[in-house]
Amino acid sequence: MNFEFLSTYWMYYVEGLKITVIYAIFSVLFGIILGVALALMKLSKLRVLRGIAVSYINFIRGTPILVQIYIVYFGLYSFGISLSDSTAGIAALAINSGAYVAEIVRAGIEAVDRGQIEAAHSLGLSYIHTTRLIVIPQAVKNILPALCNEFIVVTKNTSMLSIIGIHDLMYNTDTIRGNTFLAFEPLIIVAVIYFTVSYIVTKFVGILERRLKASDNRS
Amino acid sequence: MIIEVKNLHKSFGKLKVLNGIDVSIEKGEVVVVIGPSGSGKSTFLRCLNLLETPDDGSILIEGSEITAKGANISKIRQKMGMVFQQFNLFTNMNILKNMCVAPVYAKKVPKEQAEKRAMELLDRVGLSEKAQSYPDQLSGGQKQRVAIARALAMEPDIMLFDEPTSALDPEMVGEVLAVMKELAASGITMVVVTHEMGFAREVGDRVLFMDEGRIIEENTPQELFGNPQNQRTQDFLSKVL
Repeated sequence: MNFEFLSTYWMYYVEGLKITVIYAIFSVLFGIILGVALALMKLSKLRVLRGIAVSYINFIRGTPILVQIYIVYFGLYSFGISLSDSTAGIAALAINSGAYVAEIVRAGIEAVDRGQIEAAHSLGLSYIHTTRLIVIPQAVKNILPALCNEFIVVTKNTSMLSIIGIHDLMYNTDTIRGNTFLAFEPLIIVAVIYFTVSYIVTKFVGILERRLKASDNRS
Repeated sequence: MIIEVKNLHKSFGKLKVLNGIDVSIEKGEVVVVIGPSGSGKSTFLRCLNLLETPDDGSILIEGSEITAKGANISKIRQKMGMVFQQFNLFTNMNILKNMCVAPVYAKKVPKEQAEKRAMELLDRVGLSEKAQSYPDQLSGGQKQRVAIARALAMEPDIMLFDEPTSALDPEMVGEVLAVMKELAASGITMVVVTHEMGFAREVGDRVLFMDEGRIIEENTPQELFGNPQNQRTQDFLSKVL
């Protein structure tokens, strides 16, 4: 094995990683907004809203992300909607992530003990106050760790964007492979980089989970 | 009459839980509801503050019909404190915050005033040193005493108790019953669903025996426990006493 290419090409990895992280952050951000909206729709009393949310979630979870990226990138173009590569890339990942975030958020809200809500109502707190003061703070606590894991998933999914020409970590790795005629070694490096990012976030989630638990019974 | 219930019906799907409850409760009365599990005691209690919506019948609280369209449910509930079997203290708030959240947000009591009142009530249930603790740090008995104090912080006219000692370890039942006894002596109207026959006998002004969604028999504790008239009451009491 030969890793001498690194001395020439290391900047490719750094630049690629920057793009990957930026795309992941924006995709998760929009994914969360979309996911919260979908979760609220799914929990709504209106059957139409529930139907839309359920269909959306099922469709996204039932189709490959690669297909979804192509649909956003080429499909919208054929309808005359022209998005820049970066917008299309982030939109595709956010559309995908939104479905998964929706399920995380829904589960987090449903996990709030019914008794907590009944107690709030019995004290004469309104629906809005109950939601704001009791349900949301407790749901956020349930949701936060799972959301960080979703960030890891999205980070890995950004590698798919290389196929629509986003210069992310994976794209730059392919560039290195082409330039150096090394098929294998650049992949090892990129795998280590992806793994390191995931590992750091996982560790962070661990700390966060312990903190959240501690705040339930601080002594 | 502070509570007047007429012909109350409630079903869950096909299961008929309440089959026509009629009862009137006077101001300051302590009414204890007993009966086998599944008899509809808890559902009856939960209908009184509309945690369950009745299918049919009417409930008047202090003269106003609470099931009427456009009735302000939150306002009505503010007059009725409820204590649950599972305590249901808000896990994301410390004890003081638990006590103040409803007075401050629902009743718009100034924060300092609500906190002062909360501390007085915590003192009354012997837990003022726990004001800054979180619910998970308290024992079951302590949680239930806080839950009672929290309900009292809204200065309700009526207190509803839904099996308040059933989830407690035996050694903690006494401390909760002691608080309830003191409360009963203070003259507040109480409706208590319980399996504590000793409490019913000692503190109750009236005992209702429920079975299959109906009130089968009601009387003073002395009469109901000493001289039950109905066969089903006799059967039930022979099992629990």
